[in-house]
Amino acid sequence: MALSWLLLILLALAVIGYFAGRSRALASVGGDARDLHSLPSYYGYNVALTALVPAIGVLIVWLLAQPMIVNSTVSGLIPDQAIPEGSDRGLIMSEVRRVAYGLDGAVSSGAMTEAQAQDGDADIEILTKSLKDAGQVLTQDVTQPILVAAQKFRSMTSTGTIAMQVVVLALALLGAAFAYVRTHKEFRARNVVEQGVLALLLLAASIAILTTIGIVLSMLFETMNFFQLHSWKDFFFGSTWAPNFRGGSELSILPLLWGTLYISVIALLVAVPIGLFAAIYLSEYASGVTRSIAKPLLEILAGIPTIVYGLFALLTVGPALVSMFGDGGVLGVGWMASSNAVLTAGLVMGIMLIPFVSSLSDDIINAVPQSMRDGSLGLGATHSETVRNVILPAALPGIVGAILLAASRAIGETMIVVMAAGAIAKFSGNPFEAMTTITTRIVSQLTGDTDFASPETLVAFALGLTLFIITLGLNIFALYIVRKYREQYE
Amino acid sequence: MTDMSQIPGAAPTAKPKGGSLFEKDARTKRRNAAESRFKMYGIAAIGIGLLMLIVLVTNIVTAGTGAFQQTYLELDVDLKADKLDKKGNRNIEDIKKVSTFGYAPLISAALESEVKKLGIQTDLKPKAMGKILSKAAQAELRNYVLANPDEIGKTVSFRFLTNSRVDGYMKGRVSRESIANDKSISVEQLDFVDQLRDAGVLYKAFNPDFIFGADASDQRPEAAGIGVSMLGSLFMMFVVLALALPIGVAASIYLEEFAPQNRLTDIIEVNISNLAAVPSIVFGILGLAVFINYMHLPTSAPLVGGLVLTLMTLPTIIISTRASLKAVPPSIRDAALGVGASKMQAVFHHVLPLAAPGILTGTIIGLAQALGETAPLLLIGMVGFIASNPPDGIVAGFLSPNSAMPAQIYEWSKRADPAFYERAWGGIIILLIFLVTMNTIAVLLRRRFERRW
Repeated sequence: MALSWLLLILLALAVIGYFAGRSRALASVGGDARDLHSLPSYYGYNVALTALVPAIGVLIVWLLAQPMIVNSTVSGLIPDQAIPEGSDRGLIMSEVRRVAYGLDGAVSSGAMTEAQAQDGDADIEILTKSLKDAGQVLTQDVTQPILVAAQKFRSMTSTGTIAMQVVVLALALLGAAFAYVRTHKEFRARNVVEQGVLALLLLAASIAILTTIGIVLSMLFETMNFFQLHSWKDFFFGSTWAPNFRGGSELSILPLLWGTLYISVIALLVAVPIGLFAAIYLSEYASGVTRSIAKPLLEILAGIPTIVYGLFALLTVGPALVSMFGDGGVLGVGWMASSNAVLTAGLVMGIMLIPFVSSLSDDIINAVPQSMRDGSLGLGATHSETVRNVILPAALPGIVGAILLAASRAIGETMIVVMAAGAIAKFSGNPFEAMTTITTRIVSQLTGDTDFASPETLVAFALGLTLFIITLGLNIFALYIVRKYREQYE
Repeated sequence: MTDMSQIPGAAPTAKPKGGSLFEKDARTKRRNAAESRFKMYGIAAIGIGLLMLIVLVTNIVTAGTGAFQQTYLELDVDLKADKLDKKGNRNIEDIKKVSTFGYAPLISAALESEVKKLGIQTDLKPKAMGKILSKAAQAELRNYVLANPDEIGKTVSFRFLTNSRVDGYMKGRVSRESIANDKSISVEQLDFVDQLRDAGVLYKAFNPDFIFGADASDQRPEAAGIGVSMLGSLFMMFVVLALALPIGVAASIYLEEFAPQNRLTDIIEVNISNLAAVPSIVFGILGLAVFINYMHLPTSAPLVGGLVLTLMTLPTIIISTRASLKAVPPSIRDAALGVGASKMQAVFHHVLPLAAPGILTGTIIGLAQALGETAPLLLIGMVGFIASNPPDGIVAGFLSPNSAMPAQIYEWSKRADPAFYERAWGGIIILLIFLVTMNTIAVLLRRRFERRW
């Protein structure tokens, strides 16, 4: 029975429960709803919710826990000597899963009988051949321990699934019966239902916490694995990034951090002056019409997906810069060898950040009280003097906060740098050279064939955790500044 | 008061210290100049911003419109029965035995007779002539024959895709100079293309396969389309909508209407505002670690992509939903409570329906954001997968590997043949059309249903 059927049965049960509960409540007062404590529908909801919620809760927990239990039991079955040199338990386990799914597929397509699939003494060669004939994908030949483990995996999984269906359905029936029996005219159905709904709402709100915990834990565990395989001193204080999948890699974050910060600084050098002046003009000088046209147009830049900026950098800005600064370029300087460069990524990222800086600063400048402007203008200052000497100093903390938020966006930006920054990790001050960033390396270490036992893959999690901490710190600090500043004038 | 108002008409004899108000002194001039300079900086800043927007949009349009047109060659192919159906019994299994390769001679023969019919003079051998067609042409012919075995023995008119170089030549991307080191096409072949074009059998036309078709391998950029990855994006958006909307609305109702002032509420609030600013790639790492490595959900599946994007868009939806719940005036709640509704009833029967247009607007904007997001999809394997077959069925649509529009665009941008760049830009046009439509709907909804209390 597939999961979708189980869910459908649960839903049907809930619908039946709703009508049953409702009619039982009405029957208990002889059809006169005025004698009930709550509206009749609440008795129905009570039955439906009591049937559905615990059952689905158990279903979700079971689905999450079962693979873990099965995996740990089955991987205990594989003897250490069955793991070949250069491989590890994780890889063997994925082979076991593949064989198990292959057996499932062969049985369901009729290429093999259930008894053949469960035969622990089956001839390995015949089995492998019949699996391959049935069109199942196997990466290596099946060995005896793998076959035994796969068969155990299959039997545990199918027993677990049947047990899960029985438990979930029993729970739903029990819940429905319990709520149905309790349905009576004195029963405070509305209060119970509302308590239940409130708990569900709280659960939904807690998903934000769960996500954060999930992010931190998922990266923390793999980072700890990484630091067992690779020295943390090299990661934080080394000077070379040279991953080598044959071992002996040097994996230091510092050159990546340098590239990230360099590109971010160029982006901010583009975005901050333009964004800030645009915000000053829009909030202090522009007429209503200009503002209502220019502001949404600028904000379109913020709504364009980053893949578009990435392509723009890769195919337009990069070649344009090369034709200016490259060999035989317009300026004849020959500084730039390839279109992948710090400058390319920085410029395009700067364009992306313009509306981000401008709309945040616009809000902050608008929050400066009008009385301060009036006071300054009344003393005879020109408009620009008022802006420079009164408004900007007053808005400075907020603007710093906005710039920090923009910096955190720049540091975490992925597509532009993946497409336009290059792949060479080095300390260099030359903006015409290709450099690489933290996000670029995360992408390149985690795409393609990944082996979660090698430091070269796991380093991506350490990089991700560092990135998460840096951006989180910047965000919290910036929000703190912005909030504090707002309170000052409220 | 000034002297002027006291002695009307009489010019002051001694210059007052500050000079005349009609004559600006040096300092005032400097200050006024600074003023207009400052204003100019502002105008320049906005000008640069808008200029960038214009450059970006024109660049997208000029570079991408080419992808919607493709060069075709019209040929009458004689579907010879002795080649395609040697046994002559029209058995589909026997016809299938003729491989794609076996159709090449038919096309060459058709091209040769076409050349003779048009009276084109060329030194090219028939094989070299056939090179101007796409490698997809044989497969197209074979699929047609397998679908219509009755047509064997007749002469059927076909419109074949040409090679991407020929297409590039027709669009001005490839020139006689640029193919000097190109092994896949020669100057003679381009001359031949010119003759065919003048004869009217080789022409550019609208290419629906780009919008609705599947991706093709590295060798056949002319046959690549974005349709299948569009389906992948569609299934992802279903997942996002089905999860993010109810969870987001429930969370917002709790936080806005029921949450007590306590530490748990504070923690939730801080978490939501931080999640909104976490780099998207971090959500990709989460998806890889939790959904794929731990839960063993299938790699590259739209379901996983949808789950990751759900977590990413939740903060956006929560923030906008809370804003629209907040905009419903308290008098509505008070009135409902006053006639005996419970707090839950007041919220679900009165506040929520009034906030619905705002929630919908926020949800559409959140979906648009999710549709354009690429970085997390790189980590869960939606790039590098060639989306060559549409999913069969709805369950397969969620679970079988697929690509997504932005991932497909990224994939094309990485390929070596520049013909794919045109397709990447074309894909961006389609992606942006979706985004613009969604945002326009959101704005219209807001205008139509916005209430001033």
